[in-house]
Amino acid sequence: MRRRLMAALGAAVTAAILTVGPTLACGGLIGPNGAVNLLRTTTFAGYHAGVEHYVTAFQFAGGGGAFGSITPLPGVPSDVEKGGDWTLQRLILETDPIVEDSLALSFAARPAGEAEVLLEVRIDALDVTVLKGGAAEVGRWATNHGFRLPPDAPEVLDFYARRSPIFLAAVFDADAAAERGQAIGDGTPVHITIPTTNPWVPLRILALGKTGQERVDASVYLLTGREPALLPAPSGSNGMRLDHSAPASPALLADLRSDRGMEWVPESGWLTKVAVDGEAQQLSYDLAIDASGQGTPSWVAAGLDVPGSGIDRVTPAQLLLIALLGLSAVALLHLRRRVWEPPAAA
Amino acid sequence: MKPAHFRGPRRLLAVVLAVGLSPSVLGCAVQAAQTVEIDIRYSRFSPEEVTVPIGVPVTFVLRNDDPIDHEWIVGDEEIHAVHRTSTEPIHDARPTEVMLPAMTTRTSTVTFQQPGRLRFICHLPGHEAYGMIGVVNIVP
Repeated sequence: MRRRLMAALGAAVTAAILTVGPTLACGGLIGPNGAVNLLRTTTFAGYHAGVEHYVTAFQFAGGGGAFGSITPLPGVPSDVEKGGDWTLQRLILETDPIVEDSLALSFAARPAGEAEVLLEVRIDALDVTVLKGGAAEVGRWATNHGFRLPPDAPEVLDFYARRSPIFLAAVFDADAAAERGQAIGDGTPVHITIPTTNPWVPLRILALGKTGQERVDASVYLLTGREPALLPAPSGSNGMRLDHSAPASPALLADLRSDRGMEWVPESGWLTKVAVDGEAQQLSYDLAIDASGQGTPSWVAAGLDVPGSGIDRVTPAQLLLIALLGLSAVALLHLRRRVWEPPAAA
Repeated sequence: MKPAHFRGPRRLLAVVLAVGLSPSVLGCAVQAAQTVEIDIRYSRFSPEEVTVPIGVPVTFVLRNDDPIDHEWIVGDEEIHAVHRTSTEPIHDARPTEVMLPAMTTRTSTVTFQQPGRLRFICHLPGHEAYGMIGVVNIVP
């Protein structure tokens, strides 16, 4: 089984290598020259026992210099480590057995205090830093580390910082990668472990640095205990479509569990694949997920509402109760009118 | 002393005249001010259009509230064409070309000698396309 899996994964990796370019998951790419073009990303967000396991890959495109990305996080990660070797490729095989043009990314690439550094990890040629701060602080940190953010960055960073001031910055040193012997197409998977009440995937950040009509192409895999409720619901016309939604097969779960750092994968689960395929201007939201079974993904987490507005505090059950009470009141009024209505004159 | 109901219309007329001739209201039509404040937030100039008098030193107070660098370059289309392809790293030698590091405020005093309409643009990569464009109307 392992031999067949590795052969299949080898084919997938070969396909990925043929479409060279640095790739990373749901992060906005920033470069020293400020010109960035993110073509396609793949992300896995698994949720089990109150912990989101976020796996993403950073792929080496060759050339020199450095580039990086900023990924908003829903909370402070408890761990950031090198991800498994085949998790993302195995997921692709599960939902897209024939891999074509799978992974490709290219890039032409009042004094504020800096963000607080919560965690620093070196993973291969990646310098990963978890930051806490507002848009100004995180932007300052990026600038001070030699990166020029694109012009939409102030608004996008603010969009995230208002909800969670935690960001993961990954700086890829291509020269260091070359020294390590990493070849074009070699990816560096990163596994971020985040305790949170519900999984969440940032999507708007994918449009960072893009003009309104530029395409955003990404695959988001979700593994949850039961079928999740998503907000916005992928409709196809809103820049997202639902490509897969079914119980995860035992074979998939076993394969995922056998990868590095994936022993947390449960015996059963629900696999969802959301394809992001739209214009940058459509991605004004994030993907809020409710894996609890209550069917109430957060409007705030989706970026459709600001924190403290109260919409998230009203559940569908409460809405139903309010509607029933309203209907009852109308019925009572109607009944009273009928009871007290004077008899018509003969 | 006149009755109160006679004082009302006259007071109203005085207020209307005072407000109507105040620089702030004139500014809506001409805005002949010697100090002009321009803020930058979310990579947008605000206001995007200002009016200044010809032959008078005008101090521009340029406030960059963004965590990224910007620049403010005012001039004719020839100037902007040069800056679109320029690799000059520092512009601050000319009052019409101001670099604005993140979260800073800079001032620059310019005396415009010709009436007309000049654009101010941030020429950092991608910023003009994003909409960082404004207009200075120079009036007699």
